[in-house]
Amino acid sequence: MEGAVLWSFVIGLVVSILDVLCGIPLAWLIVRSHGHWTTILDSLADIPFIVPTVALGFSILEFWSSPGGLAQLFGSTSFVSSGVILIVLLHFAFSFPVIVRVMVGEFLNYRETYEVAARTLGASAFTAVRTVTMPILRPGILAAFLLALARSLSETGATIVVAGAFENGTVFINNVRGSGLTAAVVIASSIMIVSSLTVFGLIKIITPRIRVAPLKVWPNLERKLSKSPVVATRNAISLIVFLVFVLLPCLFIALPAVEAVAAGTATEAFAGVGPWKAFWSSMFLSYVIAVLATIVNIVSGLPVAILIARNRFGTRMARVVDALVDLPIIVPSLALGVSLNFFWRSMGTLPEFWVIVLAHTTITYSYFVRTMAASIQGIAPELEDAAKTLGAQPLRVFRKITLPLTKYSLLSGAILVFTRSVDETGATSAVAVTLKTAPILLVSWIRGTVAVTPAERALGVGFLVATSFLALVMLRLIATRISARKIA
Amino acid sequence: MSKIYGNIHALADVSLHVEDKEYVCILGPSGCGKSTLIRCIAGINKPDSGQILIEGKSVEQTPIEDRRIGYVFQDVALFPHMSVRDNLSYGLAVRHAESTEITTVTNEMLDLMNIRDRSKAYPRELSGGAQQKVAVGRAIATGSHLFLLDEPLGALDALVRADLRYELRKLASDLGLTVIHVTHDQEEALSIADRVVVMKSGRIVEVGKPSDIYIAPQNLFTENFVGETNLLEGKVLETNGSQCVVDIKGHRIRVSGFGKKVGQRVIVSIRPEFVPLTTPSEVGWKGVIKQVTFLGNLNRYVVEVDGGIELITEESTAEYSTGFRVGESVSVLLANDAHMLLFDYPKEGLEKEISLE
Amino acid sequence: MPRVSFANVTKNFGKVVALDGVSFDVSDGQYLCVLGPTGSGKTTLLKLLAGLLKPDEGTIYFDGKPVNNVNAQDRNAVYVPQQYALFPHLTVLQNVAFGPLARGKPASIALETASKALDLVRLSWRAQALPNELSGGMQQRVALARGLASGAGLLLLDEPLGALDARLRLDLRHKLRDLVKQSGFTAIHVTHDQDEAMSVGDEIMVLRNGRIQDYGPQRRVYRRPASIFVANMIGGASFLEGMVDTTVGETALISVRGGLTVQAPSTTLTLTAPVILALRKERIRISRDRLEMENVFKGEIRGVRFLGNSKEYLIRIPNGDIIASRQFAESEDDAFKVGEEVQVGFLEGDAMVFEYPAKGLRNELEVG
Repeated sequence: MEGAVLWSFVIGLVVSILDVLCGIPLAWLIVRSHGHWTTILDSLADIPFIVPTVALGFSILEFWSSPGGLAQLFGSTSFVSSGVILIVLLHFAFSFPVIVRVMVGEFLNYRETYEVAARTLGASAFTAVRTVTMPILRPGILAAFLLALARSLSETGATIVVAGAFENGTVFINNVRGSGLTAAVVIASSIMIVSSLTVFGLIKIITPRIRVAPLKVWPNLERKLSKSPVVATRNAISLIVFLVFVLLPCLFIALPAVEAVAAGTATEAFAGVGPWKAFWSSMFLSYVIAVLATIVNIVSGLPVAILIARNRFGTRMARVVDALVDLPIIVPSLALGVSLNFFWRSMGTLPEFWVIVLAHTTITYSYFVRTMAASIQGIAPELEDAAKTLGAQPLRVFRKITLPLTKYSLLSGAILVFTRSVDETGATSAVAVTLKTAPILLVSWIRGTVAVTPAERALGVGFLVATSFLALVMLRLIATRISARKIA
Repeated sequence: MSKIYGNIHALADVSLHVEDKEYVCILGPSGCGKSTLIRCIAGINKPDSGQILIEGKSVEQTPIEDRRIGYVFQDVALFPHMSVRDNLSYGLAVRHAESTEITTVTNEMLDLMNIRDRSKAYPRELSGGAQQKVAVGRAIATGSHLFLLDEPLGALDALVRADLRYELRKLASDLGLTVIHVTHDQEEALSIADRVVVMKSGRIVEVGKPSDIYIAPQNLFTENFVGETNLLEGKVLETNGSQCVVDIKGHRIRVSGFGKKVGQRVIVSIRPEFVPLTTPSEVGWKGVIKQVTFLGNLNRYVVEVDGGIELITEESTAEYSTGFRVGESVSVLLANDAHMLLFDYPKEGLEKEISLE
Repeated sequence: MPRVSFANVTKNFGKVVALDGVSFDVSDGQYLCVLGPTGSGKTTLLKLLAGLLKPDEGTIYFDGKPVNNVNAQDRNAVYVPQQYALFPHLTVLQNVAFGPLARGKPASIALETASKALDLVRLSWRAQALPNELSGGMQQRVALARGLASGAGLLLLDEPLGALDARLRLDLRHKLRDLVKQSGFTAIHVTHDQDEAMSVGDEIMVLRNGRIQDYGPQRRVYRRPASIFVANMIGGASFLEGMVDTTVGETALISVRGGLTVQAPSTTLTLTAPVILALRKERIRISRDRLEMENVFKGEIRGVRFLGNSKEYLIRIPNGDIIASRQFAESEDDAFKVGEEVQVGFLEGDAMVFEYPAKGLRNELEVG
């Protein structure tokens, strides 16, 4: 058991470091290059975010592991078989967009004047970035790293799919649950929770204290590194890594799905024959839960976001609240689900459906609150001050000033919650006994605990992806319509 | 030391020549292109067409870090994660200078800018003026001789600005630097520049010594921008080639003006310090005091003269006269043409010509 | 339009004392200008009046009634921040109408009030524009219009011209004054620019490190500043160190460091007390001929500064000190050159005598 938990952390750290190393150059490319293709790249980098992780797991399994994937090119039955390495490849892929998103945001907010100042003082581009930009952005890089780590530790559904016989923390808990060994489940979950908190706490406390080493520069080497051919090579490598290790594996699912449609499985699917009956009811369940979780989050999260953003509690309280809000992200969702399960079960009989809804709400809470708090903080306090002194009561200030200026973030936050909920496997599998959400159902299809044909499997996953896309596109359209009336 | 021919949408056909050790101020309203100009010289922006020559050599292909120019930014841009000392020594460190040289030069800078006791402090702990001094010291430490200052005093209090500008000027003289200093503050430019370059909407409007562009500018925009002035619209009644008699709403004045035609629309410009007021007399224009403002060393009056003309006039409080009061009748003695300038009426209208934004 | 009072108000931010036991009164319809360097407490003062901050000690009164516990939205005071804080998602007209609407006026009345205010600042033609489409000067006028239309009686302006170019400030400061006086509001205008402070208000208050240094009409504060800091902050001066030698009738003889003797008005300061002599720049005359003044010395021109409508001469006087003389509207023929020997003089009545400051002269003149 300890071994499994340890493996979770090892994999998490390795993946996060790799993601940071590969994600930063790509984010740099997106922000600093000119031309329309960078917006396309920006959207492509988001794809692993949008695809539900179960689908991602399956796609990666097919790409790296199955005879129909990469192995085809090399004439073998499997290129990378299930196990540790596949888990690493999976986690790398789905944490990648997290890093890119955060870093793009950091680069956009960064005052380029610092870098320009360094260059006027004689530093080559590479030196300026290394000695000035990166140290200044250190907090952002750390935040991205921690986020990637959290995601990796948390991930359940897809990891189960690709793990095969290997066990990391979440796989272990899941397997043990299946065998009904409650004590082991509880202990393992507790260990994971405590270790997560410790690791994150330590990293957060130690890193800001690391002193910046006195400046050491190798002018000639760094000049060469600043030259165009070097930069071009670096960009090319970033793009290739992105393509081969992230984009292609994610999109690979399209192939077997399309094949399945061509083979006529689609008609069966729509008719609701056989396993498809359970499938559609799972899909329905997933989306209903997602909508409910989103609504509860908005209603309960908005006041907290405002309180955090405007520091109403005083600094010490604010730091505590801050840390608490982050909890659901840090703690692996499966472990969280186990503890939630005990909590709600001990409270008496609450229908399973509502326990799942509550679990999803808790898991996704942080996403919404963080997004809203950041955006509210982004509104200059002077605007609210001016509004107040013009005679506006607090509710009016909120309705007429704060809300219109944060509408876009509200939508974004809601979208984040929605997608995360549809995605959710960890906590759900801990809490759900009879009900199956779509990702959970698909995991059982992929692992073979429910007997389905490969075509049905591919199509099922394909449907999940397609509906996710559709829901997202619709939400995005609503968002753009609203933000079109919003003034920058 | 540098010559520029430029053609950018923020700059249109700009040509400028700056001599070695000259202190040039580029003066103009926000958005006139002055910052774009020095950013091109530094290499931060690239001109769409034209050349930039530093010490006779073309530098378009040279990257920023190789142009050996000291640059001071409006928002200071001190590296927040480095102490004052590390900021000052950055330029030397990146050239891989010897550590003994770094220490010596850094200490020199600390002494020069009078901030030895703050060497371990971080930028956020310093006042605005102190931060700007560190920024200047950091640029000087690199040993460059060409300096570009982008509104270096813009973020500072009025009183600090007034003091610091003279310190900057003295520093430049003592170290033999060539400086191009960008500002929107006409008093700043007039008080320290060897030459002033006036810009508007991406073009150079006029270049000259401070006293020349204040006392006898060629251009109406310059006349209005480098100091307050009264602009009176009128028509030429008579001219003998070098002098004109101009009619302004029924009043006549004689102004020197070359090449004007009878009937031509003109603008007469008189600065407030040259509008003499007396108790009512036979000579001069009759008027009434509309507003009085005490400015300490000056009394400022707004006088309404027959014909609805408003004149601003300023007189020193050094003379112990009691000054005039609101409502009092006065005479404005403008008959003689000393200190008056004549300009052609601008094609696009007066308001557009002198507009500041 | 309220009368406003501060009674012993103190405000701290952690260990920093922003305002220290400040007391003053502003009468109905008065236009007060608060002058002080960055960090002197000016913005804190405005925010306390606006109700955006609560005093730690002391009471604030509006029309004789304490308002410490009255919320910002219920006070009669509108706060205009330095960056204007125009609502970016609302048009100019909607911005200006925000105040009346918030105070419960029906839409038609609110829009009418707003239109009138926009007429006053001559921006009716931009009523449908968005703030980010306007220039800096226009944004400032919209912010002012919004304040004037709000229906509040107290206008609190935080460096209203600070974000504008120098030349624009020269134009707008007089227009600002006219508009405010026309409206009849009680106004408190905060700035670090002494030229501005002299031009706009009825009275000036000088703030330093959270304390009031001087308060009164411009003329008095300029002619008889309460301290060296005030003398330096408004108008500027040359400062000489010395001590009181003797007093003969109405005249005090000050012996200045380096062997000069200056006649100054008699002072209550004790004999041999160390003093600082302050001399306004425009009160120092320079001439090539004899001067008929109580204090005349030989001097040498050490520097000339051209300031447009005036020139500033730096003159070395016999004790080695350098003093500054400002000559207004001088003709080129009369101009002096560096190195020239001249007669330097000033009247007895123009010598301002101050007690030597406890923390030294440099500290007293520091503005940050």
